[in-house]
Amino acid sequence: MIYLDHPATSWPKPPEVIRAIVEFLEVTGGNPGRSGHSLSVAAGRTVYETREALARFFNAPDPLRIILTHNATHALNIALQGILKPGDVVVTTGIEHNSVMRPLRALEKLGINLQVVPCDMTGAIDMESYHCALDLKPRLVVLTHASNVVGRIMPIDRLAMLAHEVGALVLVDAAQTGGVVPIDVQAMSIDLLAFTGHKGLQGPPGTGGLVIGTSVASGDIEPFIYGGTGSNSATEEQPAILPDKLEGGTLNGPGIAGLGAAIKWIEDRGIYAIKAHHEELINLLVSGLADVPGVTVYGPQPGEDRAPLVSFTVKDKKVSDVGLRLDRDFGILCRVGLHCAPAAHRTLGTFPEGTVRFGVGPMTTRDEIEQALSAVARIAQE
Amino acid sequence: MSDYGVVLFHTTSAAFAAEKVLKKAGLECRLIPTPRDLSSDCGVAAEVNWDCIEAVRNALETAGIDTEGIHKL
Repeated sequence: MIYLDHPATSWPKPPEVIRAIVEFLEVTGGNPGRSGHSLSVAAGRTVYETREALARFFNAPDPLRIILTHNATHALNIALQGILKPGDVVVTTGIEHNSVMRPLRALEKLGINLQVVPCDMTGAIDMESYHCALDLKPRLVVLTHASNVVGRIMPIDRLAMLAHEVGALVLVDAAQTGGVVPIDVQAMSIDLLAFTGHKGLQGPPGTGGLVIGTSVASGDIEPFIYGGTGSNSATEEQPAILPDKLEGGTLNGPGIAGLGAAIKWIEDRGIYAIKAHHEELINLLVSGLADVPGVTVYGPQPGEDRAPLVSFTVKDKKVSDVGLRLDRDFGILCRVGLHCAPAAHRTLGTFPEGTVRFGVGPMTTRDEIEQALSAVARIAQE
Repeated sequence: MSDYGVVLFHTTSAAFAAEKVLKKAGLECRLIPTPRDLSSDCGVAAEVNWDCIEAVRNALETAGIDTEGIHKL
């Protein structure tokens, strides 16, 4: 089996991650920091260590400003629904995932003014339109770090600098880049970073988080979920202090233990080494696909900076048929269709049919890429 | 027998952060269930040696960890 669906979720997970999850369930056991007995304290310590690892990994200023969530969608909703109020101007791009677009469309009905800056067919943002949108003095600019459909890396530091000049906060969706592209929230001037644990970070599903920079006050974000925190128990009001304000309810202890082990796994290998491995394979894949007669490849050219994924279509073939044949006849697993990102496919001109998407991971081999290329060539020929 | 102090925090996460900071500074620290007569605010508190209370205070302040109060037991 050749697994090329890493942009949906990475697989297989490192054995260290699985061991950490099992250890939490078998040994650590307690509710993190709720009860004060030895197992609760041990669980709380494990959770705190993951917060610290994440803060180090993203160069966040404070582990207590890492809000642990179920996934990137949850983190994005905390930021979007917690910060925006009717009348606020919000700027985003024409290549976003539904994890951004759906909450924003819902908020639009409640009275936010949403400005969607177009991107070209390769996923590059139209800078002239971006400048025009910033003239409207947005409260928030929401940017994908890399599109889940074409993989192009947004020039975050440049866009963030321009957004800050007009007083906007910058929220970055790092679902496709966490663990794959180095991220330094301070160097890149990111105010809020939403990430997921189960893709490039190699952690389990059900984990993720929101990094809140010091430029955002606790009072700037209203909770999206209210509930028990193990603190301020005498009052029925949500505590005002981070992370508790935004972490109502018992955390995913086993998942968070696994995520901590996953960060360590990436740090031990080195994110630059992982990135170099991905680049070698994705360039092979992109240039190989472009050479197959009848195949159209979308997004950046080979050699251009990108997240390790590529979208393509095969002439006169439905993407669902290509996906089915790849799985059934060649044992190649990938994702076809709209990838929860209709806006991105409209930008590419691939709506409503969608594309076939391949993504590589740290364990993908050159041989697997060569097999995938010859499978696509076979299918395209028929 | 030396006396103990209890450091209270606003959040349990801050208690775990404090534990790391104090251990790194070579100061003894045990996380305990918060004594009910002191606070209902946070389920976990740090028990420290009262002899070292100034060093504890300084270490937490330097690390930017807010406490909800420090009590002598």
